[in-house]
Amino acid sequence: MIRVVLPPHLRTLAKIAGEVELEVPGPATQRSVLDALEARYPMLRGTIRDHVTQQRRPFLRFFACEEDLSHESPDAALPEAVASGAEPLLIIGAIAGG
Amino acid sequence: MSKVRVLVGTRKGAFVLESDGKRQNWDVAGPFFAGWEVYHMKGSPVDPNRIYASQTSSWFGQVIQRSSDGGRTWETPGGGPQQLPGGWMKGESNKFVYDESKETGAPLNTHQWYDGTQKPWVFKRVWHLEPSLTDPDSVYAGVEDAALFRSTDGAASWQELPGLRGHGTGPNWQPGAGGMCLHTVILDPSDPGRIYIAISAAGAFRTDDGGKSWKPINHGLRSNHIPDPNAEIGHCVHHVAMHPSRPGVLFMQKHWDVMRSDDAGENWKEVSGNLPTDFGFVIDVHAHEPETIYVVPIKSDGEHFPPEGKLRVYRSRSGGNEWEPLTKGLPQSNCYVNVLRDAMAVDALDSCGIYFGTTGGQVYASADAGDSWAPIVRDLPAVLSVEVQTLP
Repeated sequence: MIRVVLPPHLRTLAKIAGEVELEVPGPATQRSVLDALEARYPMLRGTIRDHVTQQRRPFLRFFACEEDLSHESPDAALPEAVASGAEPLLIIGAIAGG
Repeated sequence: MSKVRVLVGTRKGAFVLESDGKRQNWDVAGPFFAGWEVYHMKGSPVDPNRIYASQTSSWFGQVIQRSSDGGRTWETPGGGPQQLPGGWMKGESNKFVYDESKETGAPLNTHQWYDGTQKPWVFKRVWHLEPSLTDPDSVYAGVEDAALFRSTDGAASWQELPGLRGHGTGPNWQPGAGGMCLHTVILDPSDPGRIYIAISAAGAFRTDDGGKSWKPINHGLRSNHIPDPNAEIGHCVHHVAMHPSRPGVLFMQKHWDVMRSDDAGENWKEVSGNLPTDFGFVIDVHAHEPETIYVVPIKSDGEHFPPEGKLRVYRSRSGGNEWEPLTKGLPQSNCYVNVLRDAMAVDALDSCGIYFGTTGGQVYASADAGDSWAPIVRDLPAVLSVEVQTLP
């Protein structure tokens, strides 16, 4: 079970509270986790990565295990602690604006 | 007794304001989509309970919301728990992908940037939603970077009308200060094939065949900020308004100049007349008097607030040129708000109501065609758009 923590605005949009727990078939990567997330919550499509290019939106970052994974390949394996569910994948909105 | 519903989009969410026909006491609901920018909300003319909203964010992109109960509850069309064949849900209500296929015309990939170089078209947000006059599931979306999209399934999916970007002048379009936005969509009630749109800073355009082909309609506009002031393209049109009983007559608030066309945009003439400044954003037409129009003059393009700190709506009962200031109930000192291009609307009650919202968060209403004003609400986030529904 993979755990994902979304920023508050996306939790509101998807009508969920707290962490999301996802069954992810195959290796746990950014792409496979986001595929599973968007399959369960289709309203999140396009809000984290572009519909077509699949690129991460520029004001969002991916953190886990006190590391910044934002610039890792979307097909790179996530840390074992994330794959095992010991640690969540954090999707973070840039702190900016007013 | 008839009712009025005012749909207010702000920098930090949406609000729905309702009153009976007296328009004195208002119920305020919201914020909906709190924390997000709501560029525009508009109800279907054939089903007033069907309302579309453009919810947008620099962080999370575009979301389209839809209400089927007059704004009490909302959903992301196609984004709910519906299972499609193949096991995948669709979730494409916020998917705006430019059509660059060869089948629909010449692929168009770049437009002019501020510095004159070419830059790729990139979707940013929906500025304006215009529901069909006949079908509550059909709605047009004017977007940044400028293009026109249409949905025929209640906003669950969107397709570009590529003939607009592809008609030939697209590479010369350039952004205004707010971005290269298609902000005005006007449907002709007498001719289902005719649509007017306007883009900052490209100009106004018209189709007569339902969006397949388009032509610029900017003859008579003059813009001193472009190399050829009389160019076919490059004019920063801020807003265009039409009275449904006279769909060939258009009124325009340009960056500078208030303009009028009596031949469906083929030719424009200036009607700024005695306005204290002809810069501004909004323009609208009285619901029952096609020659009565309203603007809110703003000091200049560098100073986006009313002249002399006095918030004044100007009304012309002669279709332009002769204007009178409307000040009763509006602040006449130390007022430095702006009124953005989609932030004025009218109701259709016997005594026509006029409404506008400010960047200071006030929504003002007049139940007597502008003679007197009162705030419905004073302290919302900055208002981006105001639309009005007149309900039975």
